Amino acid sequence: MNIVAVLVNNNTRILVQGITGREGANHTRSMLQYGTKVVAGVTPGKKGAKIEGVPVFDSVQEAIDFDPKINTSVLFVPARQVEDAVYEAADSAIPLIVIITENVPVHSTIRVVDYAARKGLQIVGPNCPGVISPGLSKVGIMPGHLFSKGKVGMVSRSGTLTYEIASSLTRAGIGQSTAIGIGGDPVIGLSFMDAVQLLEDDPETEKIVIVGEIGGDAEERLAASRAKLQNRKPMVSFVAGRAAPPGRRMGHAGAIISMGSGTAEEKTKALREAGIPVADLPSEISDLLSSSESKDK
Amino acid sequence: MKIHEHTAKDLFEAEGIAVPKRYVANTTSEAEEAALKIAGAVVVKAQILVAGRGKAGAILKANGKEETSKAARQLLGAIFRGATVSSVLVEEQLSISKEFYLGFAIERASKKAIMIASEEGGVDLEETARSRPTAILRILLDPLLGLRTYQARLAGKALNIPTPALASFIGICQRMYKIFVENDCELLESNPLALTKSSQLVALDARMVIDDNASYKHPEHGEGTEELTPRESSAKQMGLSFVELDGDVGIIGNGAGLVMATLDLVAHHGAKAANFLDVGGGAQAEQVKAAVQLIVKLPNVKVILLNIMGGITRCDEVAMGVVQAFTETGSKLPIVSRLVGTREEEGQRILSEAGIEMTKSMELAAKKAVSLLK
Repeated sequence: MNIVAVLVNNNTRILVQGITGREGANHTRSMLQYGTKVVAGVTPGKKGAKIEGVPVFDSVQEAIDFDPKINTSVLFVPARQVEDAVYEAADSAIPLIVIITENVPVHSTIRVVDYAARKGLQIVGPNCPGVISPGLSKVGIMPGHLFSKGKVGMVSRSGTLTYEIASSLTRAGIGQSTAIGIGGDPVIGLSFMDAVQLLEDDPETEKIVIVGEIGGDAEERLAASRAKLQNRKPMVSFVAGRAAPPGRRMGHAGAIISMGSGTAEEKTKALREAGIPVADLPSEISDLLSSSESKDK
Repeated sequence: MKIHEHTAKDLFEAEGIAVPKRYVANTTSEAEEAALKIAGAVVVKAQILVAGRGKAGAILKANGKEETSKAARQLLGAIFRGATVSSVLVEEQLSISKEFYLGFAIERASKKAIMIASEEGGVDLEETARSRPTAILRILLDPLLGLRTYQARLAGKALNIPTPALASFIGICQRMYKIFVENDCELLESNPLALTKSSQLVALDARMVIDDNASYKHPEHGEGTEELTPRESSAKQMGLSFVELDGDVGIIGNGAGLVMATLDLVAHHGAKAANFLDVGGGAQAEQVKAAVQLIVKLPNVKVILLNIMGGITRCDEVAMGVVQAFTETGSKLPIVSRLVGTREEEGQRILSEAGIEMTKSMELAAKKAVSLLK
């Protein structure tokens, strides 16, 4: 798999599955405006159409035949069609598959994540905003103008909260290397830990911001693994959902405190014990980043 | 979406898993009839969707028509942990020699389904997990291959299932896994799975939770609105992600994480949110209007806090929806708004013209909203 930088870069050539739908078409336009190379789209039955000048095909294989250099697929297909669409992309060996769609049944996600892993392909999402390397490429739905090129990598379970924090960093003059929206579902392709590892290995990234939320134990596991790491990059974090009641799903399928675990308190405690500062307010992230160097390096 | 015990047991039975003889009763006379048909000791179980029914007193033992009638009368209409009992399950009591736990769930970390089994059934699994974690067996399941026979056999051995019942145990594991996958379950458990004195394995309880994202595949289980408040049900139909809470600051935002962070900010300033409401990505004016109307009608709300970080969501659409809702409802509730992102100038202009106050950041907005409570 030839992925330089983190997941996406200026060699990223994108296929959009579900390109003729409302979201697919809008975001194709927005990705093109950002300078991302969207080279083909697929919607079964819509062969011959063009969306923003991008040719539409009936199948992924036809799109690959048209442009063999396609190396990323972004999915906007309806939730019920995601499973099949991922198999189709995986069978054409597209190395990076980004699932934007929300409300994908979790058993579908389990199957496609497993299928892709067997083929050595990477899934990001579902229910995620995608990946952006400011100035290079935007593969997803984030508003590009809120981001700026720089050295801070971001990993987040939440879309709009990523935009919120990225724009506050941008205003503070702190640019970003790559922001990875891993998605708000209980089962996702690229995990919190995997995403952080990519940024840890990325020469363009000097510091890392992680944005977690209630539910599951990804933040705790990340904290435990980082506590053992030597020479790690400085990291700061934010955890959403301190005021969330137990047992209720807060918007994201994965954001639920169940059986007393997955609370923001536990996550905050685990992160702090691993030496990772946790911001009380989203706006504190930039200050914590500025002061993180001396402490962590 | 949680499924009632009696429905889950019907699915178990259809798949060939032994379950006790049982009847659903909506009235005391139906419960009496059931007692007569079963003719022997029974258990009367409230059909509610909350866990821990035994501890809450929602499961009663009875023998004969009179006692069953009394138990049913006691349970029907009663409220346990917020759930009102509208039906009971009258079930034959069996002579049990041992109780096990058997369940299937989704494990986030491994991104797979797992089988969970324990020799210590009939008790709270979380309690066992805390006190004796080694008493719980977790087996990772391959999504392509499913549960392998040897995995079920090893689990049976580890649980000390008597040899004559081992084949039956393996069959139950495989059938439960089949139900788990075919019904898109987040959780399927039998606690206890009991070994009777006649060496038969019987699912004495059945708990089933279906993935909300897959409920469209299983219309037979309804819409899953039983546990929601009436307002939450109607919000769900409008495609809004809405949870009622007990504070007095009404919250409207876009994106689950941002809305959660907004709730946190309100708490940070010493107040409580009245709700969680995510209008979703790319919300149109119509949807925002419905959201505002919903919040305006919440009885506790004293101030509304609007927090929009427009990406695919357009600020002008949001602003139009807000203004329309206020015009139509004639609400005089104070509203503090923070509206940035796509088409923010237009959106901010629409709100200013309607006399709605704007703040520069979500933190200032939360602070301002809380200050208006006083």
